[in-house]
Amino acid sequence: MNFDLNDDQKAIQALAREFAQAEVKPRAEQMDRDEAFPYDLVAKMTELGFMGLPFPEKYGGAGADTVSYALTVMEIARADASTAITMAAHVSLGATPFYLFGTEEQKQKYLVPLAAGKMLWGFGLTEPNAGSDAGNTQTRAQLRDGKWVINGTKAFITNSGTDLTGGTTITAATGKRADGKPEISNIIVPQNAPGFTRSKKYKKMGWRASDTRELAFVDCEVPEENLLGERGNGLKQFLQVLDGGRISVAALSIGLALGAYDEALAYAKERQAFGKPISKFQAIQFKLVDMLGEIEHAKLMILKAAWEKDNGRDFAQTASFAKLYAAEVSRRVVNEAVQIHGGYGFMDEYPVSRMYRDQKINEIGEGTNEVQRLVLARMMGL
Amino acid sequence: MNLREAGLGFLRVLGGPEANVKIVVTVKLVPEPSSEKKIDSGTKRLVRTGVETVINPYDEYAIEAALALKEKLGGDTTVTVFAMGPENTKETLRKALAMGADDAVFLSDAGLEGSDVWGTASALALGLKKVGFDLVICGGLSDDGSSGAVPGELTEYLGVPGITNARSLDVVDGKVHAQRETDNGYQVVSGPLPALVSVTMAIGEPRYASLKGIMGAKKKTIAPLAIADLASPLALGSAGAKTRLLDFAPPAPRQKAQVVDAPDGATGAKIIFDFLKEKRLV
Repeated sequence: MNFDLNDDQKAIQALAREFAQAEVKPRAEQMDRDEAFPYDLVAKMTELGFMGLPFPEKYGGAGADTVSYALTVMEIARADASTAITMAAHVSLGATPFYLFGTEEQKQKYLVPLAAGKMLWGFGLTEPNAGSDAGNTQTRAQLRDGKWVINGTKAFITNSGTDLTGGTTITAATGKRADGKPEISNIIVPQNAPGFTRSKKYKKMGWRASDTRELAFVDCEVPEENLLGERGNGLKQFLQVLDGGRISVAALSIGLALGAYDEALAYAKERQAFGKPISKFQAIQFKLVDMLGEIEHAKLMILKAAWEKDNGRDFAQTASFAKLYAAEVSRRVVNEAVQIHGGYGFMDEYPVSRMYRDQKINEIGEGTNEVQRLVLARMMGL
Repeated sequence: MNLREAGLGFLRVLGGPEANVKIVVTVKLVPEPSSEKKIDSGTKRLVRTGVETVINPYDEYAIEAALALKEKLGGDTTVTVFAMGPENTKETLRKALAMGADDAVFLSDAGLEGSDVWGTASALALGLKKVGFDLVICGGLSDDGSSGAVPGELTEYLGVPGITNARSLDVVDGKVHAQRETDNGYQVVSGPLPALVSVTMAIGEPRYASLKGIMGAKKKTIAPLAIADLASPLALGSAGAKTRLLDFAPPAPRQKAQVVDAPDGATGAKIIFDFLKEKRLV
């Protein structure tokens, strides 16, 4: 067994840390306040190769492994969760489906510009009335005269409406299966498809600098060739996408927790009470010990899932455990980080107050904690 | 006798217009600047084990200057990074390769341990002659030893014109042009190649190593060099050191802060201002 990162992984982690601390962290507070999508940071992440990090060089990616990807997301989330989800959603949800299921032509047309960060892409699964209950997808796509005619609504779609967004890949019911259940397929919808509109950005509690919108399709038409992967395989495909996505969402949770821990540690060493830094009091020490301990536990599980994926193992269960555990750890850690800050933690100008808001979605997005437990119970054969 | 008198050398002849400049950047591998530094009381040397090693931050500016010059000159201009240090710090050089340097040379030999400034500059000069160069670019000083003397000594031992404290740098018609920072402004200086230039932080912020750079760095070579390759006429390392570190001490502890107790902000500001004025800081 070997817990050492290899030289590439170390170098990528160091690069991500340096970039995130120098360029992202100082911007986080203002971006959150203004709900401002960080186009310049996306451009810098593109230049560094983060936006195509795990894809092969022949598609314009950097050819790095999942461990490096998880470490990168962690470091960016440590500085700012909004920037991290923008990057992670682009890679895991926007670009990955093309990499996994696209034809060579689709890879050239979509994956290459996405990996190069020239274009962002959304992944539209959730609907106003269907989140984890994806089998209940209401959006319909009917094949008429060589075109998919799409009607329906998608909700909470990340990166779906930025100036860089090229489109969104959506799940839609394309017919009925033999067993009477809807046949679900993935369809590529470019931004300029007739009948496709985006709402304004949602007003959110956290991840405020990320771009999240509702999508509406009214007799929206795209060519038949915009089917991604096999017809009827949509359910299977997005489950596969979400398996990998769990590693990055877990990394995002733990990056946020690390950021909150950094703040709490610095504050505890600086803040004086009863004549000494509060870090000298056991009540505070025990909190910091538990915070870092839990972060380390979660990190081990995330990296194990990433390692399993890199080594071609079945990683779904580890990734699911990692996502669930990391989300819950992030809640406990940000909560204690605010507690250590006392009244100041409740104030807007202290980063922990933003982190407290940014955290909650970790327990909801890409499968709630409850759905995660349901998925795990099934995997455990219960 | 110094190395010049020993008649060693020689230098690569510049092969044509500046689109073929061989740039060599000297790089030191130092303990991570924010890490706690310890000195071994027995050897009086910096403890380098168990401490993360990084490229000397000042040298990153030299690498940036070299890469920017290469981008500007184009053609067959190359950037080689040249470092001397303990074997276990070799991989630290990969960062320079990931930033965009073409290759690296790593001079490492147990016989170089305990080199003083003279020994370091002598060994580097012999190594640089062996590697060949049109332009050597150095950082201004190292973050650990901080003598700031190596660029000047290298100029002497290499027998080439030297320009220190450059804040900008260019090569035109086989000549190096630079702006030298001074206390009051800057000087515009030029000299023929081959030459040596040391740069300040005003030369431009070092670039990040991109992911593609990192992934590509492992395919680039780090050529080894040892004392035997240098054919030095003089003893190097601790045996040849001309200076001896006799003693060392930590900096005096910081004095207790003076707390200003004032009834209001304006009065407090006045007290602080008077204090700074007394110390001639404003």
